[in-house]
Amino acid sequence: MELFLQSIANGLVQGGFFALFAVGLVLIFGVMGVVNFAHGELVMVGAFTIWVLHAQAGLAYIPAIAVAIVLVTVIGLLMERLLFRPTRSDPLAGLICSIGVLFILQVIAALVGGDGPSKQVPPPYQGTLVMFDALRIPYQRVFSLAISVAALVSLWFFLTQTKFGWALRAVAMDREAAELQGINTNRTSMVAIGVGTALAGLAGGLIAPLTNINPHMGHNVIVTAFIVTIVGGVGSLSGAVLAAILYALFHTLITVYFGGTIATISGLVLMVAVLIVKPTGLMGVSISE
Amino acid sequence: MNSKGGFTIQRMLFGAVLLAILLVTPHLLSFHHKDLLIFLTINVLAVCSYRLVTLTGEWSLIHAVMMGVGAYTVALSVNHFELAIWFTLPLAGVAAGLVAALLCFPLLRMTQFYFLIGSFAAGEAIRLTWVEFVGVFGGTSGLRGVEAPIVWGIDFLDPIPYYYFSLCVVTICLIILYRIEHSRVGLTLHAIHWKAPLAESVGVDAWRYRALAFILGSFFAGIAGGLKVQYLGSVTPNQFTIGFMVFILIWVIVGGYNKFYGPIIGVVVLTIFDESIRSFEIMRPAIYGGMLILSILFLPLGLESIPAKLKFWFGSGTSPDEPPLSDQ
Repeated sequence: MELFLQSIANGLVQGGFFALFAVGLVLIFGVMGVVNFAHGELVMVGAFTIWVLHAQAGLAYIPAIAVAIVLVTVIGLLMERLLFRPTRSDPLAGLICSIGVLFILQVIAALVGGDGPSKQVPPPYQGTLVMFDALRIPYQRVFSLAISVAALVSLWFFLTQTKFGWALRAVAMDREAAELQGINTNRTSMVAIGVGTALAGLAGGLIAPLTNINPHMGHNVIVTAFIVTIVGGVGSLSGAVLAAILYALFHTLITVYFGGTIATISGLVLMVAVLIVKPTGLMGVSISE
Repeated sequence: MNSKGGFTIQRMLFGAVLLAILLVTPHLLSFHHKDLLIFLTINVLAVCSYRLVTLTGEWSLIHAVMMGVGAYTVALSVNHFELAIWFTLPLAGVAAGLVAALLCFPLLRMTQFYFLIGSFAAGEAIRLTWVEFVGVFGGTSGLRGVEAPIVWGIDFLDPIPYYYFSLCVVTICLIILYRIEHSRVGLTLHAIHWKAPLAESVGVDAWRYRALAFILGSFFAGIAGGLKVQYLGSVTPNQFTIGFMVFILIWVIVGGYNKFYGPIIGVVVLTIFDESIRSFEIMRPAIYGGMLILSILFLPLGLESIPAKLKFWFGSGTSPDEPPLSDQ
């Protein structure tokens, strides 16, 4: 029972991360129609920035996260301006371009970090929160969960309560109709990819002290993000958040009782099952052609 | 699409020169490059069979794993039953085709983005089964000690006979693939890609044809995987990751997927290019990535379209930037 509760707690923290990068992927896909295959690498760049600035150069953790977010956002904006906008008519072209970016970012990370083992960042927040005498959550995890929730709430506020958020959702629903309403779709795309990649940078910053950092860590991130996106329903942000939490719990529990590979296999099978039974996902609405 | 060939002098001459190059090349290369030549030959089959799947306009991310299914089939059948290569290769194709046929039911309910992601998920799930079930598939270190076949007293451990053998197999497969594309079936696949509702309105069952393309493409991918393991003697799950799949995608797209020979040009040119930047070591993927981006931005129809572009610039010929069968 203790193990079960502990796994639930860990799963929730993990769900926070999953939601951060999956929501970014959904936002970019929704507004721009591009599957950003390099999204996992953006998280990796965020984590590497923390390693360089915080663990190596000695900058404090919070400013290092801020730099990571800015850096990743700039990369995202460049991708939109230089790659996704010229290839907008062909969604496959955008995807292939993002694969190109993926390779380039991996090489840059390998050059910065050098060969050798995965990097580790010592957790800036020591100590452990003990609840009910049995449940132990390190403060580092409490911190990342709190920040993830705060970021997601702000995103929700931005999308539903501000005029720009409305414009963004309008473009996601129907690009042409939004253009007819006088919405600047190019600027909206810039905002969408800016927000989406900033969340990826934040996720990288938060995950850095809790994981092994290496140039190829993006692979697991993108696999998870795909599963979460599909299960939640492509284009549904609330669906992605819900799916992220459910999938994180599912994955953590299966990992604890059956092992990590089985957990990923079941996740992938679950995803294919969702695609068959309800292709629109948990919260998705069907899009008429 | 120019299917009315006919044997003109130029064509025969071109064929003879090509054949001479293919036959002589291995004798001029170092040992390392002979290996590379064999893998190149096998990869030609991989990209051409992938193109058959994409004819209907759907891009899958499971093709590399289908090669893996073929490879594991060969490794298991050689290690356990000591089957000869004449049996193992067709068996590899059939196994991959069967897996594809089973996967048709979930995967082909989806199109476009969903199909892409769904095929990726299914492929990764299959690949992870090889990692997980150590008893059967050997886990991460895979299956080793697949003995090289000996046919008519010729030891296929030697790269040159194996190169000629795989060249024959790949050529036969390419001829079949070419015939499929230029048959009624192939034309229907094109029709489904460019005018799906119209094709369905005249009684074409789009699902069946998409399934057929997927199964046939996987069949030949299985053979390619089988060829690979018969030469390497071992197979691991890491040979068939999304990384390798991305390479297949790059070869097809950089070469140009509108023509049958486009992907072949892509894989040959990029393999030579990759080998020539060998000294950059760690930088190689980035150079590759940069090339990919540049070719998408400036050469969307691939290397194959360069001659048409040149013709267009110098005054004759039609605009090359239109897909051949699109509604214009």
